[in-house]
Amino acid sequence: MNTRQQSKIIYSWYGKPMSSDRKLRTLQYKGIIIKSEKSRTETCIQLGEFILVEGENADQPFVAQLLDLYEDGAQEKHAVVQWFCHATEIPRNKQKLLKREISPQEVFFDQVSGYDTDIAVETIIKSVTVIPLRLGEELPVTLNKQQTFYVKQSWDGKCFKALSPDTFSKLKEATKKGGGIPNSSNSLTPLDIVSPLKKETEGVVQSVTKQKNVDLEIESKHSASKSSLAKERHSQRMANGIKTPTARKKLQLNSPTRSLKGRLLGSDVLELFDYDCGAVAPLEPSPTKRKVKFSGILGSPPKMPCTKPKATSFDTAEHRQRLSDTIRLSPYSKVDDSSEKAKNLSRKDNTVFSVRLRERQRQSLVLAPHSRRLCAQKTSARIAEQVSILNALELDQEEDFLALSDSSYSLSSNEVENDVVCTPEKKAKSSRTFSTPKSSRKSSVHTPSKTPKKTPSPGKPKTPQNATPEIPRRNHAAQKPASILEEARLRLHVSAVPESLPCREEEFQDIYNFVESKLIDGTGGCMYISGVPGTGKTATVHEVIRSLQQAAENDDLPSFQFIEINGMKLTDPHQAYVQILELLTGQKVTATHAAVLLAKLFSTPGPKRKTTVLIVDELDLLWTRKQNVMYNLFDWPTQKHSKLIILAIANTMDLPERIMMNRVASRLGLTRMSFQPYTYKQLQQIISSRLNSVKAFEEDAIQLVSRKVAALSGDARRCLDICRRATEICEFASRKRTSEIVKMAHVTEAIDEMFSSPYVNAIRNASLHEQIFLKAVLAEFRRAGVEEATVQQIYLQHVALCRIEGMQSPTVSEIMAICSRLGACRLLLVESSDKYLHMRVRLNISQDDVTYALKDE
Amino acid sequence: MKTSAMSKRKSKESGGANGECISQTFRNKVSELNLQRNCKLETFSCLKVQKLLRERFCHHYATGKLFGMDHQYRHLLELLKRTIVHGESNSALIIGPRGSGKTALLKHVLKEVKEMKQVRENFLEVHLNGLLQTNDKTALKEITRQLHLENVVGDKVFGSFAENLAFLLEALRKGDRTSSCPVLFILDEFDLFVHHKNQTLLYNLFDISQSAQTPVTVIGLTCRQDILELLEKRVKSRFSHRQIYLLNSFDFKQYIRIFKEKLSLPAKYPDEAFAQKWNNNIQHLSEDKTVQDTLQKLFHYSKDLRSLHLLLMLALSNVTVHHPLITASDLHEASKQYRMDSRANIVHEFQKFVQRKAHCMYNFEKPVVMKAFEHLLQLELVKPIERPSVRTQREYLLMKLLLDNNQIMDALQVYPNCPTDIKQWAASSLSWL
Repeated sequence: MNTRQQSKIIYSWYGKPMSSDRKLRTLQYKGIIIKSEKSRTETCIQLGEFILVEGENADQPFVAQLLDLYEDGAQEKHAVVQWFCHATEIPRNKQKLLKREISPQEVFFDQVSGYDTDIAVETIIKSVTVIPLRLGEELPVTLNKQQTFYVKQSWDGKCFKALSPDTFSKLKEATKKGGGIPNSSNSLTPLDIVSPLKKETEGVVQSVTKQKNVDLEIESKHSASKSSLAKERHSQRMANGIKTPTARKKLQLNSPTRSLKGRLLGSDVLELFDYDCGAVAPLEPSPTKRKVKFSGILGSPPKMPCTKPKATSFDTAEHRQRLSDTIRLSPYSKVDDSSEKAKNLSRKDNTVFSVRLRERQRQSLVLAPHSRRLCAQKTSARIAEQVSILNALELDQEEDFLALSDSSYSLSSNEVENDVVCTPEKKAKSSRTFSTPKSSRKSSVHTPSKTPKKTPSPGKPKTPQNATPEIPRRNHAAQKPASILEEARLRLHVSAVPESLPCREEEFQDIYNFVESKLIDGTGGCMYISGVPGTGKTATVHEVIRSLQQAAENDDLPSFQFIEINGMKLTDPHQAYVQILELLTGQKVTATHAAVLLAKLFSTPGPKRKTTVLIVDELDLLWTRKQNVMYNLFDWPTQKHSKLIILAIANTMDLPERIMMNRVASRLGLTRMSFQPYTYKQLQQIISSRLNSVKAFEEDAIQLVSRKVAALSGDARRCLDICRRATEICEFASRKRTSEIVKMAHVTEAIDEMFSSPYVNAIRNASLHEQIFLKAVLAEFRRAGVEEATVQQIYLQHVALCRIEGMQSPTVSEIMAICSRLGACRLLLVESSDKYLHMRVRLNISQDDVTYALKDE
Repeated sequence: MKTSAMSKRKSKESGGANGECISQTFRNKVSELNLQRNCKLETFSCLKVQKLLRERFCHHYATGKLFGMDHQYRHLLELLKRTIVHGESNSALIIGPRGSGKTALLKHVLKEVKEMKQVRENFLEVHLNGLLQTNDKTALKEITRQLHLENVVGDKVFGSFAENLAFLLEALRKGDRTSSCPVLFILDEFDLFVHHKNQTLLYNLFDISQSAQTPVTVIGLTCRQDILELLEKRVKSRFSHRQIYLLNSFDFKQYIRIFKEKLSLPAKYPDEAFAQKWNNNIQHLSEDKTVQDTLQKLFHYSKDLRSLHLLLMLALSNVTVHHPLITASDLHEASKQYRMDSRANIVHEFQKFVQRKAHCMYNFEKPVVMKAFEHLLQLELVKPIERPSVRTQREYLLMKLLLDNNQIMDALQVYPNCPTDIKQWAASSLSWL
């Protein structure tokens, strides 16, 4: 959803202010009119209705019930809502509590306290239907998957509860009345006010808009299905958006009857039809609508045979039902039709419609795969093998998209595509099978994949989106550690996560306090953490996050979202945007687009926004020439509504001063922390705490390791690696005997192995002529007084040395070979070899080392 | 031998120096021709022996024993066993000069590991070579291919580099120590991976090996002793600092023993009588003074076993039906061939051009001299100091002699009918040069 589209939408109040609060200087209203300029449609949403609210992820808007509408002193329009949450918003581990499948259409009555219920009106997209169900009830089969949601339980952040009878009845009332107003302040019952409302609407609309389709507005209010006004609509979209209301009604009615709830009985139906006729009649005849209604009827007969073969895959009863519905309904539309006599049929619509007809026929050919896919999804959507089938079908889909885009004007965003696809299929009266193929496909991907963030983007078939990559399982079970040493080795592995991080308590507390305070305040902020590698920066931060999450779970803290990026795991600094957005919302877009979306996300007051804690590891790799990645990262937390906490990690303490521009460094702020290298005592403690009760090391041995490492780098990883190696050496040495404890000797050997300079050994083990060559190099350096010589000069020295030793002097070719061999080992630094004898040679190690290594012979 | 003139980096496949390789194949062809000619007369044993030994020398890794690296062998074996059996992640580097048997060691260990019962089919191998995977992108593709992850992706074209990386990391992150199949990453020419941008691949591999994800073991093979200094500090911290050094640390006695074992026929050789004879001969050879001298020289020159292989190969190609056993003189001859100075050789063959050039003052036409000069240029005996530009005329280019005086003198001595004035020129002008 880009901003350009947004700007085309006008929000205006419906009716006069109901009441006003002088103290707060607010004016309350009972409805809002959303008018999209581009498609010239309007929707009126009243209190009590269910709405879709723009979320972070454009593909997955939030569901809410509108409770209150008001305008504050600053002329800003606000709405108070009751949230519902999707299954995907609930953490996976919590989802298991339900012990049942969650349909993508199911929402939960949200009782999580942390969310802001006050939203900006501009984020409302459209109205939808939410139907409350008893816990045991099956989801009714609906025709209109995208627009209808079901609520069975409430969710309070920890557990699921059945809806309280009070809530249930309230919701039910709201649902049944299609816009009932549970708000006590409003005493009007919706059915009574229909016509006055309408007139009122008309009045308002007339005053505000130039060209109107008022019936459209009403229709969309009632059908609550087609009016996604936040989305771009071209005329084609419009053409099917104003499909015959009767047919629509049928679609809607279908679901209740199917559900056997009998909520909407025949009388209701009639009532609604009456209402519909009544609603339409007094209004200005809208040519487009009439026209489409007409063609809709025309279109239905040829459609029937098309759907039949497909319908066999479903229960025929339903099909029959639908048929009868259609039959019952057609007279109405006919009456309507004839009474109004559409005169001015716009030619455009006509052509569009014929295109769509053809489209529909074509689609009937593709029916088989579609239905197959649905079955497949239903039965075993989780099975990874089906990914390929899905992919294949997706291609079909893509063709559909293409075909449609030919007949439509422009397809600017995915949502538009989505709408376009659903509509023809609904027209084909097989709406259950077809309804929103994209969303159903997506949800099937959503559920099986362990990472809900990996949402496929339909626009890019190139990405390996549906794949759930996995390394195959091992055939034999991994062996359990058998001996003390093996146990110790396991515990000493860097990957083993200790219960607590010793020696970083202070740092832990500081970071914890920082994040906690920001979380409680609901503000954003940055913290810069530096320290040499292996000092436990990332581990500490993760530990902080773990305990914060724990606290949030226990309700001590507002819940938050945690995401992490690592500069080293990005191929390009700008990929940071892509990753952040993907982790936040699951969208996959290009870097530039992601940057725009993120900027929008963090700069606008989003509804239902949790605080986000972002860890940026290896920050220095996000450096670019213009530093815009860093700039943006540190600019977002300063935005008023961002609620973003950034913990940036890097190695150098003065990174902000060294590589960042002033404006970036200033935004990073002065909250800094530096991790000092571990002292030997700390290292000792780390090893001991890891070993815990396993007696595998002598006390002295541990001390030796820690002292050695502390003196060199203070890198805990190194320390653990040495210990691990020492256990191996110990095991190796004591294979036969039984002494199973790591002693000083083993540790010393391990340290030597890791820290000894390889050069001296390499020189000692070189062949005689190679050694002589090195001597010759030294001699030549001494003679010339320069630390560089050509091979020719060294050759002469070499020959001289050979003469002294009484050896046969080598040929030039041999010398060259020796030289290149030493060069390959990097004992020597040599030029590129095309200069042959004039190649320059330098030593890569100090002359003293060479003399030391050669003297000891 | 033009070893030095060739690029420093030689692929393993080409086996040793390129120059050696060329002469080797040449020799092989010659000997094969000989063999074909003598085929009818053959008793076959000779040919078989030759074939057997030649295979032994050419395919260094597949067969044969390892010498003087027991310790390293056990270290590496234990390391891999722990990865595969216990699912422990590790990283290690095998460092040693060219021809010191790094790959051979690894192959032997892998062979042994694969023969273990509890290991079979229980781990995945990914082989990468710095010469082939020249950047992280191709390396990632190769890893995905070798892990057979592409069948998850279907037949789709792979996405961008960033997507690939995310995909692979995701795949590896999914696993855990006890349930996932261990993955063995073998990075040949490890030093070349160091030059990839940001060392992203190495960072990620080492990071996985240091975190609780799919168990991986990263083994790098390199000949550079300064490899650790090339690693970026973060990458270095994540590397476990296990280094296995192979340094050809045997003395001359062991060298002789290797020589014997390399040439001996196995006990289960079909034609026992011949094998006996052959092995006895080898035993004699190893005690022979001239042979020992020859080997000593080679040993002093290079401890590389590959050079020994080459020498033996040259000697072996002299074996025919009439000459069924290797003699000391064969070896000596081979070593002479082997140690021949390539440039001197060339000088020798093209001496006449030098001669003409020397004569040019009075006798020869200009084109002839120019032709001779161009030959010298082509052979890279002389080389222009600057890049040849269009402006300077060819007659006035500054040239550089790529030969040492000794080489010229040697060549002149070998050259039979050298004109006296050239000798004079050499004596006079080279003395002060």
